[in-house]
Amino acid sequence: MRIPILKLHDYLLISVQVDLDDQTALQFQEDVLNKIHQEGSKGVVIDLTSVDMIDSFIAKVLGDVVDMSNLMGAKVVLTGIQPAVAITLIDMGIVLDEVPTALDLEQGLERLQHELEG
Amino acid sequence: MQVQTHVDIHSEWGIVAARQAGRKLAREIGFGSVDQARVTTAISELARNIYLYANKGQIYIEEATSSGKRGIRIIATDEGPGIKDIRKVMEDGYTTSGGLGAGLPGVKRLMDEFKIDSELNEGTTISAIKWLR
Repeated sequence: MRIPILKLHDYLLISVQVDLDDQTALQFQEDVLNKIHQEGSKGVVIDLTSVDMIDSFIAKVLGDVVDMSNLMGAKVVLTGIQPAVAITLIDMGIVLDEVPTALDLEQGLERLQHELEG
Repeated sequence: MQVQTHVDIHSEWGIVAARQAGRKLAREIGFGSVDQARVTTAISELARNIYLYANKGQIYIEEATSSGKRGIRIIATDEGPGIKDIRKVMEDGYTTSGGLGAGLPGVKRLMDEFKIDSELNEGTTISAIKWLR
């Protein structure tokens, strides 16, 4: 399974709408980095509105994709994390340190714009 | 009537199947969305541990009852290498797989009851319960 990555000007937009298995998550990580490289993207928004569970593996993959993209020079914002998912992550003791987040896609794009200009 | 489902874990797909079975039963028992996420996440961690360390095993998910309380019980069992130092695997951040080391201590915090039985070279059985509030 492949998660579609959309290009919008200098940005990449991704909405994760599938139940993430490990393979799909790792493939996704690689696809995002390749697409940043291909398109010369400056920013990425990963929207997690439809994701109803993030376990320690998926949390690690998401945290890693943020760090890897930063290494390449692109900023990543995670958006739309559901209340139940946020509660579960903190219960588990998983803190996505220094990962930029926003409430929704719109605010995510604003945050990217702000960070890239500022 | 007691409801029980059982998922065979022998590939990564089993992790997803166990998760989905768990969410379905948690919803049927009447858990809200936050506890559904807790139960589903706990199942995912236990199923991944089976796959990572024992290659194969079983996840049983069933309704639990005790003195008027209702809940959901998860049993994860394998015939893998067993856990050498249980105290150590319950420490936050301890990992032998390059993960976050949040798995087992995380499961313990997500659930209300947690029991781990492990015998070196025999296998591991972990049982965890979440009660309806």
